[in-house]
Amino acid sequence: MIQAIAFYLFAAVVVISAALTISSRNPVHSVMWLILAFFNAAGLMVLVGAEFIAMLLVIVYVGAVAVLFLFVVMMLDIEVAEVRAGVARYFGFGLLIAAALFAEIVFYAYGAVGTGSLQLAQRVAPINNAVPNINAIGQLLYTRYIFIFEAAGLVLLVAMIGAIVLTHRERGGTRYQSISRQNARRPEEATRNTQPTVGQGVQL
Amino acid sequence: MIGLTHYLVVAAILFTMGVLGIFLNRKNLIVILMAIELILLAVNLNFVAFAGFLHDLVGQVFAMFVLTVAAGEAAIGLAILVIYFRGRGTIAVDDVNRMKG
Repeated sequence: MIQAIAFYLFAAVVVISAALTISSRNPVHSVMWLILAFFNAAGLMVLVGAEFIAMLLVIVYVGAVAVLFLFVVMMLDIEVAEVRAGVARYFGFGLLIAAALFAEIVFYAYGAVGTGSLQLAQRVAPINNAVPNINAIGQLLYTRYIFIFEAAGLVLLVAMIGAIVLTHRERGGTRYQSISRQNARRPEEATRNTQPTVGQGVQL
Repeated sequence: MIGLTHYLVVAAILFTMGVLGIFLNRKNLIVILMAIELILLAVNLNFVAFAGFLHDLVGQVFAMFVLTVAAGEAAIGLAILVIYFRGRGTIAVDDVNRMKG
């Protein structure tokens, strides 16, 4: 009973905040609704027993991706009125496509799942309720899927380097450290021996 | 009782919202990227729901990889957006025709 109430609560908030994400006038509000949607999707995932993925969703999306979106929204100076100009023009067409898509997905979901209970013939990694979720995922991830895991790390590395290379720009007038020039410098060219007389001081 | 079908319907609604968002926000590429994030969230929800109701952990592991790729996609997409805005001063989809030739 509690589970059903929680499910409907989370599902309703996810759907409403997703609708507000795509229909907000202000992109900053869109980001905020997106964060709410991700929080409640994480709640849905907790209900089905995937605590680790839920935590990952909150940390990665709310902690990193949403902040990235927020930064970009605030960096770019966009006029809100201009942004909303095309909505009425595409609304009917978009709604038609979306309704057709939704009908197809639900039709197939009911066709595949709703007629009877779905069972796997063979489970690759059966869930053992005695083992905590994060423990089981770690054991699976670092043994069977280690190479895919490394590939995922590589994807993140490439994305990071790509984003830096894309957005980096040289600014004129900035002085950089030149390590080769520093290493090539000798004491003879940097210092000078003088023999000043007493009371005269040094001329620089 | 909450079953697999409930989750699938919620994910289908989310997916549809994402597709609708791509159509509605033709003047704003940032919201289109957010709509793509919604689509990927729907896919992740499906993976996790199937993993939970079929008692197989692989769905959760795969959802993690989807999450990874989504994060990378968001970073690269926003970087492209920033340099595009620097050059053109607009982020409307209709104006993206630099490679037209």
